[in-house]
Amino acid sequence: MKLINVAEVQKMIDHLKDQELYIHLEMTTGAYAAHLDSSKHPAATFISNAVIQFSQGSISGNGPYRVGLKMKHGWVYSEGLTHFEEDEKDRLIMAGHDGQGKLVVALQLSREPF
Amino acid sequence: MERHILVILPHPDDEAFGISGTLAKHIHNGTQVTYACLTLGEMGRNMGIPPFASRVTLPEIRKKELEESCRAIGIQDLRLLGFHDKTIEFEDQDQLDSQIEALVKELNPSLVITFYPDYSVHPDHDATGAAVIRTIGRMPKDQRPFVHCVAFSNNHEQFIGKPVVINDVKDYLQQKMDSISAHRSQFQAAELLGSKKLNDKEIQERFGTERFWIYPFA
Repeated sequence: MKLINVAEVQKMIDHLKDQELYIHLEMTTGAYAAHLDSSKHPAATFISNAVIQFSQGSISGNGPYRVGLKMKHGWVYSEGLTHFEEDEKDRLIMAGHDGQGKLVVALQLSREPF
Repeated sequence: MERHILVILPHPDDEAFGISGTLAKHIHNGTQVTYACLTLGEMGRNMGIPPFASRVTLPEIRKKELEESCRAIGIQDLRLLGFHDKTIEFEDQDQLDSQIEALVKELNPSLVITFYPDYSVHPDHDATGAAVIRTIGRMPKDQRPFVHCVAFSNNHEQFIGKPVVINDVKDYLQQKMDSISAHRSQFQAAELLGSKKLNDKEIQERFGTERFWIYPFA
């Protein structure tokens, strides 16, 4: 994973618009959050390989970054993204890692299921 | 001496801190070990520092790390059961139990090692332990292998008492540290050791003992 390059990510978002895509969207505090610190509220959620289509999408912010994808009946929104896979040509693989390198958020789009 | 140990855990690296020394010791004494790992830990949060894995590459990376850990410990037989990380508690129980039952029937282990259900923090740990206990609990009493459980939830001793099997694994710390080091996307093994050597008293005390509860079947 490389630190996000906004221009490259935007190019990829444009490349993927107006077509059926598989999405993996996730956010997590980690399963051990409350075990390690009882004041923490453990939460995690993911949806994997749901099919979406968006007509307009962009990346914004100064890092960590936000991405919004406008669909016919709603939105995909993700905040806290820091890294992406630069070698992927037809998939957009993004994640947000905290100061310890742990994944907090992930947003992935692909024409094939993950 | 144990004839055959069947280890049933949900994630690559679940073996590293709590069990690897015990397994290395048994293997040194001639025991056969089969490790059935339910998932590839594909939802893990640790991606290396700096992150070298992604959600897409993590399953294959963790599979290789697990294979390296097994080689370090000396485990002769690794089975990957193909379940998805974080979903064990939502799986069809009959299907889950039947896979565990098939392993127990095939291998006829003298000892099974798993997590203590309800006292093992991660939902996958608890659900895996519960499936093992259900499956072995259905066997006739005189045919059941012993089940040794790992537990580490906060205040677990309040409910299940003190561990009864306490294994001194100080002579197997090299295998144990090699197992931990194999999971390089998950642990920074070098930081655990710091500048200390394996024969350092602090390291020996911290890693040199592994604790288990014998599951009390009704």
